[in-house]
Amino acid sequence: MSDLALKTKAVHDTTAEKIEVLTFEIGGETFALEAAIVREILDLMPEAIVPGSRPFVNAVINFRGKVIPLADIRVAMGMPMTATTIDSRIVVVELDLDGTPSLVGLRADRVNEVTSLSKAGGEPPPRVGLKWPPQFIECLIHREGTFVIFPDLEAIFASKGHTRQQA
Amino acid sequence: MTASILTVDDSVSVRMTTRIALTGAGYKVTEAVDGLDGLNKARATRFDLVVTDLNMPNMDGLRMIEELRRLPNQIGVPILFLTTESDATLKGRAKAAGATGWLVKPFEPDQLIREHRLDDRALVDAVFRALHTLKGSGAMFGFDRLAAFTHHCETAFDRVRKGLAEATPGLVSAVLEARDHMRALVEDPSGDHAAEERYLLERLEAAVSGAAATSVASISETPIKAAASTMPTTWRIKFSLPENSFVNGTNPLSFLDELRAMGECRVLLDKSALPPLEKLEPTALYFHWEVTLTTDRGRADIEDVFLFVMDDMTLEIAALSSDTPSVEVVPSVTENADMPTPVVTVAPLPEPSAPEAATRPVTDAADPKLRRKAESVRVPAERLDELMDRVGELVIVQSRLQQIAANSADIGLRTVSEEMERLCSELRVTMMVLRMVPVATLFDRYRRLVHDLQRDTGKKIELSTDGESTEMDKTVIERLADPLVHLVRNAADHGLEDGDARRASGKPEAGSIRLSARQTGGEVIISVTDDGRGIDRARVRAKAEAAGLIQPGATIADQDLLQLIFQPGFSTASSVTNLSGRGVGMDVVKKAIESLHGSIDLTSRPGEGSTVSLRIPLTLAIIDGLLVRVGEGHYVIPLPAVEECIEISQEEDLRSRGRAFLSLRDTLVPFIRLRELFATGTKPDLYQKMVVVSTGEERVGLIVDQIIGHHQTVIKSMSKLHDDVTTFSGATILGDGSVALILDVGNLVSLGQEQEAQLRAIA
Repeated sequence: MSDLALKTKAVHDTTAEKIEVLTFEIGGETFALEAAIVREILDLMPEAIVPGSRPFVNAVINFRGKVIPLADIRVAMGMPMTATTIDSRIVVVELDLDGTPSLVGLRADRVNEVTSLSKAGGEPPPRVGLKWPPQFIECLIHREGTFVIFPDLEAIFASKGHTRQQA
Repeated sequence: MTASILTVDDSVSVRMTTRIALTGAGYKVTEAVDGLDGLNKARATRFDLVVTDLNMPNMDGLRMIEELRRLPNQIGVPILFLTTESDATLKGRAKAAGATGWLVKPFEPDQLIREHRLDDRALVDAVFRALHTLKGSGAMFGFDRLAAFTHHCETAFDRVRKGLAEATPGLVSAVLEARDHMRALVEDPSGDHAAEERYLLERLEAAVSGAAATSVASISETPIKAAASTMPTTWRIKFSLPENSFVNGTNPLSFLDELRAMGECRVLLDKSALPPLEKLEPTALYFHWEVTLTTDRGRADIEDVFLFVMDDMTLEIAALSSDTPSVEVVPSVTENADMPTPVVTVAPLPEPSAPEAATRPVTDAADPKLRRKAESVRVPAERLDELMDRVGELVIVQSRLQQIAANSADIGLRTVSEEMERLCSELRVTMMVLRMVPVATLFDRYRRLVHDLQRDTGKKIELSTDGESTEMDKTVIERLADPLVHLVRNAADHGLEDGDARRASGKPEAGSIRLSARQTGGEVIISVTDDGRGIDRARVRAKAEAAGLIQPGATIADQDLLQLIFQPGFSTASSVTNLSGRGVGMDVVKKAIESLHGSIDLTSRPGEGSTVSLRIPLTLAIIDGLLVRVGEGHYVIPLPAVEECIEISQEEDLRSRGRAFLSLRDTLVPFIRLRELFATGTKPDLYQKMVVVSTGEERVGLIVDQIIGHHQTVIKSMSKLHDDVTTFSGATILGDGSVALILDVGNLVSLGQEQEAQLRAIA
């Protein structure tokens, strides 16, 4: 998928309707995901490191008897790694990976709230001046003097977590 | 009892018209306004005729007809549809949906009555068959009166079927009344129905006594049991059933029993068609029977015995006069009335030329209680899968219990835990066995394929199979079907030469394709072998270079070169044929096999042929594993692959630094330090252990920090996000809820071999 295709999609996807989102923090930034894809929020639990895997998905966990991968958006965004804290959580989301609905755990430094947001007020990520790969961001929404990042999980997982520079 | 008709039409005027006409003709009419409504009404009541419009809201006529045909209470109901167009395709579609006939709108109500499809042969035949079945089933389940009564109805209908009588509304209503009576006979088999029966049969007789209705009359007044002459006649009955009879649930012994019940009976078994043991299909019926029966019953009664199988069998019935010489001796053996399954009888007969001394006519029917078959139950596959999941969960819980018990001083708890472990293990084994099916079910599919391939390629091909009794998990077998189709096609199309080329190279004209299966340890190896030209290395190389898969002139090991044919888009066929050579196939095979955690070996000798071997783990669900610890992580090594575990002393450990193999009883075994491979970053334990694993010939030692022990491993697949990690074939959940990864032994072995090769190259 080209960057262009992703971006146009992001713009056209915006609707005036408010959607339920879960907001959470990674590396001091606020991210939001549609609540509809969130299955569960977990406290940290024992992880099994998968030797030889990409840093983006370097571990698996036992989620209700299923072994699911643990992904770190931080790696895709090229953010610096931070140690886990008492607030760290795992957000389990259901994604479509190559046509198969799959459960994936996302590492979060903390989860904030479930709230209503309208993507209509969002804007596509600027081409320059952004410290994160723009192709992984669906849109930015201004809210209470700061902004909330809607990551494009589809693009992130399609790229397998490699940023363009790395790939 | 009047016939009830359902009319389905969204036009109120059509409905009213039909209703008025039909009630006037003495029918009971139910109306429905659209397909959905019609279907709901049909669910509630059985109708004798359905007349429907096609263009309707909610559910159109075609859909409704299809649905109606699935309703158990409307089986065989004639369905007419109304159409304004005389469109042939529409009629075809409606017929395909299950309609019996049609009427063109606007229609005369009289026409509808007339068009009750009385002259519809298919319908008459359907009724006849239904009566026939009812009679047979009735007799089988002990409803003798029902059987006898139905027999008369059937006879009447037979006349219609043969064109001796005409189907009239009179017949229809007589039959409908007869049907009600049959229901009464089912519900109250012992009641007194004689008068009713006589009346009905008279009506039936009247209905079919058009031209020369004599036989029905005579039948209707004679009870079936005494239908024929009382003089005993000797009959010679030869019958043979199709080979697949057992599959259809036909038991030839029941026919013999019925014949025996008729009178003095001599049964000879003709087993001349029995093939030699190696060609014998255990589920096929190879026997024919010849029965000499002396009975006072007529030919029709004898024919009745074979009522249900008549269409597929050959039956000869000949009357023998008393001075006819006895039946000529055919090679035969004792007809064993106790045979529980066909296999048991067949197995002890190695040669078709059993001595005639073994001929011993059996005259008495055996006690039916002795003939209990090995009972089997059909279970939907998904229920087995569910059960499998539950067993998997149970195994995980059990390992938790085991862990708790191990840390406890409570003897009682420990005992329970051990019991639990044993039971779980047994349950798991039983579960596995339930899911196992012989690969014969898989191989059988390819006979037809090879037959078609012969036609398409113009090559003579002989398919041979062995190891068909090897059993594998049902799901695995299903997922092997398509890859094997590719391989067989490939062998026929690319592997085998045509007849001329084969003769020129001194091979038999017919090419051979061999499918074989065998089990070694925890794997089943299924191979497809052809005796064709073998893989042309030069062409593979040229193709791979052209496709950019390898550098031109690059040195590449033979096995690696051959493995190139499994790359996507690779095909050496110079022209695209019908069969293979579209550049799809082999990579699909590889993917399919890898998804089964299997691997593919390919060997090929130029001019002699190729063998593709698929190594497939026996099951996908639960395996026995060896739980080990490397650094802080836990890993499972599939137990069938483990050869031995060795403790490595510190001296040995130090000496082996910088080398990649250890001397094990005078042979050098390459080894891999998993701690290094996994980059654990931890200090090694004082005493390292080596687990020697193998895949067939090749061995490799895996050095781990600790061997924890045996672990029943419920395999969970890895996410697609970990597709790139080849070291692990899956994951499992341990007793404490943590996750352990399952090592892919095949992969580690080839890694070890590579490592060894590299080191040798340096040295």
